[in-house]
Amino acid sequence: MSATAGTQLQARIKESREKLDAHVREIVEWHFNPETGSPFWLDFAGKLDWDPRKEVRTYDDLDKFGFFQDEWLRGGPVRRWVPKAYSDSPIYVFETGGSTGVPKSRISVNDFRIDYEMFSDTLSDQYFPKGADWLMLGPSGPRRLRLAVEHLAQHRGGICFCVDLDPRWVIKLIKMGEMQMMEKYKQHVIDQAVTILKAHDNIKCMFATPKLLEALCEKVSLKKMGVTGVFCGGTEMTPQFHRFAVEELMEGAYFAPTYGNTLMGLATHKVPEPEDNWAIIYFPPNPRAIIDVVDPDEPSRLVDYGQTGRVRLTTLTKEFFMPRFLERDEAERERPCDQYPWDGVRNVRPFSRLQTSVVEGVY
Amino acid sequence: MLHIPIIRKGKPYKSIDVQRVPHFRTRETFVEISQANTGLISRDLRDQESPRAALEHLSTDELLAMSKQAAEYYMHDTLPVGDESQSPDDYVNQLSATTGMPHVLVRKNMNKIYGVMAEMEKVISGLTRGLDLKIIDQGYGVHEGHEVSFFPRTQSLGVILPSNSPGVHSLWIPSIAMKIPLVLKPGSSEPWSPYRIMQAMIKAGVPAEAFSYYPTDHGGSGAILRTCGRGMFFGDSASVGKYASDPRIELHGTGYSKVVIGEDLIDDWEKYLDIIVKSILENGGRSCINASGVWVPRKGREIAEALAQRMSEVIPRTVDDPQAQIAPFANPDIAARISAIVDQGLTEAGATDVTAKYRPNRIVDLEGATYLLPTIVHCESPEHPLANREFLFPYASVVEANQDSMPEIFGPTLVVTALTEDQKLINRLISSSLVDRLNIGPIPTMQIAWDQPHEGNLFEHLYARRAFQRMAAA
Repeated sequence: MSATAGTQLQARIKESREKLDAHVREIVEWHFNPETGSPFWLDFAGKLDWDPRKEVRTYDDLDKFGFFQDEWLRGGPVRRWVPKAYSDSPIYVFETGGSTGVPKSRISVNDFRIDYEMFSDTLSDQYFPKGADWLMLGPSGPRRLRLAVEHLAQHRGGICFCVDLDPRWVIKLIKMGEMQMMEKYKQHVIDQAVTILKAHDNIKCMFATPKLLEALCEKVSLKKMGVTGVFCGGTEMTPQFHRFAVEELMEGAYFAPTYGNTLMGLATHKVPEPEDNWAIIYFPPNPRAIIDVVDPDEPSRLVDYGQTGRVRLTTLTKEFFMPRFLERDEAERERPCDQYPWDGVRNVRPFSRLQTSVVEGVY
Repeated sequence: MLHIPIIRKGKPYKSIDVQRVPHFRTRETFVEISQANTGLISRDLRDQESPRAALEHLSTDELLAMSKQAAEYYMHDTLPVGDESQSPDDYVNQLSATTGMPHVLVRKNMNKIYGVMAEMEKVISGLTRGLDLKIIDQGYGVHEGHEVSFFPRTQSLGVILPSNSPGVHSLWIPSIAMKIPLVLKPGSSEPWSPYRIMQAMIKAGVPAEAFSYYPTDHGGSGAILRTCGRGMFFGDSASVGKYASDPRIELHGTGYSKVVIGEDLIDDWEKYLDIIVKSILENGGRSCINASGVWVPRKGREIAEALAQRMSEVIPRTVDDPQAQIAPFANPDIAARISAIVDQGLTEAGATDVTAKYRPNRIVDLEGATYLLPTIVHCESPEHPLANREFLFPYASVVEANQDSMPEIFGPTLVVTALTEDQKLINRLISSSLVDRLNIGPIPTMQIAWDQPHEGNLFEHLYARRAFQRMAAA
C-alpha cells in the first residue's frame, strides 16, 4: 500500500470510528430514554449508579455495561425487549439455538429487512441479477433466515422459493446415533430443492448452508440449473471448504460466504485475494453491528491484528441493543480495508475451549 | 516439512486444512497431512465407475504379477511420499516416529505386508477357495464341475484404517487383485503404510486411479462408508458399533482374543506358557489378535503368577533397540487414561494385578516417551469388569470359569486358541458363532495363515454368486 493510500485509509478509519461513536450515543439515548427505550434496559439502568445517557459517549464506553448475558434472552416476557417507540408495531420474535432447553429469543420489527438490504448492496448484479428468483435452502421455523432471505429476494425484484430444514431435529438425530435417518432427512430436503430448481428456470440465486450446498451439488450441477450466485452461511466454513466451493461446486457461479446470527445480523465477506490463501474474511455491518476479537481470559481487551481471540459481538440498532456479547466462536482479528474501514474477522470457527459442548456444522 | 497429500483417484491434492502429527517423543510436528473435507470426498465418489473400469480391463493374472512386483518395491525400493522420496529405512523411521512403534516391530509388520503382496496368488486362492481366476475375469465358468458366476457387489472398497499396527493393512490389499478400487482413510498417526503400499502398487503398473487416499475426520469417514458399496472399518467397539446393522461394512473392532485351556490339559499348563506369552506380547500387544484373556477351569492363580514373572522381564527400550518388545504411546495422556481404567477396575474386589509386585509402576517413561508395562490381572470370576477387557498394550486377564459355560461365558471373540483335546469342548467352540477364528492346539493367537480368511472373507464381501445356466445357441 502506498503512503498516500495508507493515509487515506487511516482517514476513513477515523471517520468510521467517529460515525460509530455518534451512533453509539444515538442508540444509548434511544434505549435508555423512558419515552423510547425498552423495559429491559430501562429497568437495567434503574439499578445502576450511573446514567448511561450521560456517561456513554463512545464505543469504548460500552465496556461500562459489562458483558451481555445470553441467559437474559432465554424465556419471557419477550415484550420487555420491545422499545416503547415500537410498542404499537407488529413484532416478530426470532430464536437461535434451542436444540435443548429454552432458546434465546430476539424481537424484531424491521431489522432483518434493513440488515439484508444492506447485505444486498454488497452483492454484484452480474451474479445475483435483479429480478431473478431465489431458492432459500436452510432452516426456517423460528429463525429469521427464511423471512430475511425472502426479503432479500423481493428487495432485488425476485420471488423466493423455500425448502425448510429443521436443525433441532438434525441435532437430535445425531445425539440418538440415528445417522441413517439423518441422511434420509437430508436427502428429503435436497430432493425438494432439486425439484424446485428443475421446475423454475428463473431461479438464478440461492441461499444454502454449507452442508446443504455440498449435498445439493452431489445431485445437480449448479451451472446446468442456471444458478449464478450462492449466498452461504449458517454454520462454520473452513478455508478448505471455501476453496472447494469456489473451485469445484460453483462452476463459475459466485460464492458469497457470510457470518452472522439472529442476534447480530449479517457480516459479509471480503472478495478473496490470492494472498488470503482462501481465508474467509468477514466485515460486520458497522455501525449497526460490531465484531471484536478479544482475549478469552480478559474479554474487555482486544487482541492485536492477526492474533486469535474470542469473538465478541455488539448490536446497536433501535430495535435491539446488545453490548459486549461473548460469542461461542473464535477468529483472528483482521485489519480494516478500503471497502470496510473497520475491524473484521478471519476464519471464524467454534471457540476451541467450548468445542466439546457445541454440536456444530450438522446442517 | 514433509507433507502427505490427499490422493484423488491417483492424483495428489494439497489441502489447506492440514493435520500436524508430532514425533512421539519430542512432540514437535513431524509431518503435515492434508485433510479432505467431507464434500470433496462425496463429490469424488460420485464417479466410482472409471477407477473400476481401469482395473477391470486388466486380467487377474496381470494384477497378481503386479502385486508380486509391488511387494519387492514396497520392501526394497525408494518410493514417493508427498514431494519427497522414502527409502525402506525412511519408512521404518517415519512410522516409528509418529506411532512410537519400535523399529524391530515395524520391520516384522513390513514382512507381514510383504508376505501378503508377494503371496497374493495363494491369498486369493484361499479367499476364493481355489476358484479358477479366469472366472473372476469373465464373470462365469466351471468350478468343481459346476457352472458358477460371480458379480462384484461394489465399484470400490472404502477402508477406515487404524493407527495401532501396520499388519492390519494386509487385510485390504487383496481388493486390488480382485479388481475392486480402494478408497482409504489412513489412521491419524499412521499415514505411512497405506501410502507406501499404494505407491508400490502404482509403480508396479496398477492404474493410479484405482487408489484414493483421504486423510479426514469422522464426517469424512462416514462419507466413505456411506458412499462406497462395500466398506471395512477398523475402530474401537463404540465407533464400529454404529455400523453393526449395516451388512455392507465389515467391522474390525475390539478382538477380545483368548487362550482357553481345557480341563484335560490344565495340569500341563506350564508346557503352554511360551504360547500364551507370545499371544499376549507379540507386536507389542497392540493387535486385536493378541490374547487379552486366558480362560481356564482352575489353576488361574498359578498361571497368572507365572505369566506375571515372564512379563516382568519386559522393559521399555529405545525404538532402535533390536530387543524392543513394547511401544510407547504417541500420546502420553492415552497411556494415563488406560492405566486409570485398569486401576479403577482393580478397586472392585476379586481382581489382582499380579504384575504389580514385580515393578513399581505400570506407567514408565524412557527418554521422554511413555510406556505401559505388560500387565496380568487375575480375576476370580468371569463377571469381574476386568475379566473381558482389551487395551492397547500387553494386557491379559487370567479368568477361572467352568469350561462347560465356554464360549458363551466370554462372548464374541476374534481368535480363540484352544489348548484341549476334549472333543466336547472343541465341538462347542467349532459350532459357536461367537468365535471368529479358531486355533486348536498350541498355536499362538497371533499366528496367521494367509489362506485363512480373517474376520470375514474379503472375496465374499466384494463378490456375490448368482445362479447361472448357459446353453450354446442352436
